Amino acid sequence: MAGLFYIFALTAAAGAVGVVLSRNIVRTAVCLLAALLGLAGLYFSLAAEFIAVVQLVVYAGGTLVLIVFGVMLTARVPTAHLDIKMRELVIALCTGAVFLAVLWGGILTADWPVAKASTGAADAQPYRIAKLGEALLGDYLVPFELASVVLLVVMIGAAYLAKARRK
Amino acid sequence: MISVSALSLGEATRTFFERLYFGDKPEPLGTATQLIYSAVIVLVMAVPFVGTLAALAIWAERKVAGHIQSRIGPNRVGPFGIFQSVADGIKLIGKEDLIPAGADRTLFRLAPYLCFAPVFAAFVALPFGPDLIFEPRLNVGVFYVLAMLSVDVLGVILAGWASDNKWSIYGAMREACQTVSYEIPLGLSVIVAVMAAGTLNMADMSRMQSGGLHTWLIFSNPFTFAAFIIFFIASLASNKRAPFDLPESESELVAGFHTEYSGMRWAFFFFAEYAAMFVVGAMQAALFLGGFHDPFGLVGHFHAKYSAAGNNAGIILVNVAAAVIFIVKACVIIFIQMWLRWTLPRPRIDQVLHGCVKVLLPAACATLLGAALWQLLAGPAVARVVSMLLTAGGVAIVMIVATWIAYAIVTARRVRPRLSEPAPLQ
Repeated sequence: MAGLFYIFALTAAAGAVGVVLSRNIVRTAVCLLAALLGLAGLYFSLAAEFIAVVQLVVYAGGTLVLIVFGVMLTARVPTAHLDIKMRELVIALCTGAVFLAVLWGGILTADWPVAKASTGAADAQPYRIAKLGEALLGDYLVPFELASVVLLVVMIGAAYLAKARRK
Repeated sequence: MISVSALSLGEATRTFFERLYFGDKPEPLGTATQLIYSAVIVLVMAVPFVGTLAALAIWAERKVAGHIQSRIGPNRVGPFGIFQSVADGIKLIGKEDLIPAGADRTLFRLAPYLCFAPVFAAFVALPFGPDLIFEPRLNVGVFYVLAMLSVDVLGVILAGWASDNKWSIYGAMREACQTVSYEIPLGLSVIVAVMAAGTLNMADMSRMQSGGLHTWLIFSNPFTFAAFIIFFIASLASNKRAPFDLPESESELVAGFHTEYSGMRWAFFFFAEYAAMFVVGAMQAALFLGGFHDPFGLVGHFHAKYSAAGNNAGIILVNVAAAVIFIVKACVIIFIQMWLRWTLPRPRIDQVLHGCVKVLLPAACATLLGAALWQLLAGPAVARVVSMLLTAGGVAIVMIVATWIAYAIVTARRVRPRLSEPAPLQ
């Protein structure tokens, strides 16, 4: 399925470049959608279907909708453009360079188990969603619950701020 | 490294139609073969099916609207006006394709496709029959369909934003807040059904409900029954169907998000809406109403029998029957959606959000908790008795409603006001 890999990878990469280069926030969101769809396709082709679908629900269906919604609420319609200052550009480039270095280093030094794993028909479905659920509510219950508590704190805080603003 | 893919991993469980098409060869399929197979399926089955379905649903909506409002509805093109949508389609192709001067031209063009494509993609996971599911190995099928329905929203929002029209923007904003809020009760009610079934795979889920009426998930416990109702209401809102059709409320917003659209681009939004209605109805059929199984468990019985005997003709026959049952179930849900649309008035946006956050969401949370406790605490004997009682109750409700409707139809008089014979003034 190498052909499909290149299609998805190109979509994701083109979308990411579009996000960086576009000055219009809504167009940026659409480019982000392309990047997310490409990534979801990559996950699908790696048989990681759950993470692919979560990607679509959380980012494409949730975050992107809220981004566009926020733009429509705050910006005047014809002027939803980004003005990038020199300082921001430098900071963004430095952050990007550091991130790339970390990622590159990680990729080069990692011990990839993929080549060993794909041996026979015994592991026809290595990725079972039931196992994921058992792991989240079994071995990793405490981190999972902690994450949900953090989210709850954020939600209550946002509700409090919104209410305080109104008074 | 890349060759480890979902499609080559699934060789062990090649689907029935893949075996008919490719034979029983154990070697993995190449990219080209797989792509050609997918393209053939999409072109021969999916595109004509979705097209016909949407055209018939639009005709049915106008017919239902007509009869509910004591009119006849479309009756000129073909028998009972059934080809009305074809005539409308020809008219729409001929219309001028306008793009407003201030619009964001790229996004304006993109939006209808962004609205239509995800709904189309959702059909991949729908189980039309024991072997009539395009990708039975999709272990997150239910979740995948929900994801596609939530991506679909973005097309509507972009259409509203790109039109550079204040009515469109209002429509898009309503769509955004309405769907994002109603997605939560929708998801929670799906989880109740998923907990009762113990799987997210649509094919497995259908297999679980093969034993007749009392094994349908809606009758599994009292909470799945409640979850079905919550899912139905939330799915109306996420599909922007009346009474939740605020994104296009024509009494205030001209036509909402599609005010500036004409011709085929406009038609794409309606194809998307009616296809999404089917997807939602099919979800309800698959999750709660026994999927493609008939109330007596005959489909499951005969499929097992013919599979054991290796009778290909029999298997195909069972699949066709199952597909008919499944589509009929989904169409009943679609009919109820239309019925509600032409019966209920439209609430305001604050009432819609109030109804979600303060009524439907707590109800969905309570249902979820109750279902979890039920799974933990209810013994098999209790569960069986309650499931039987629910089945009897459900059948009774359906019978009473059907009798009532039949009585109303038989005794109704069609009122035809005549201008030439005014009623005498009292």
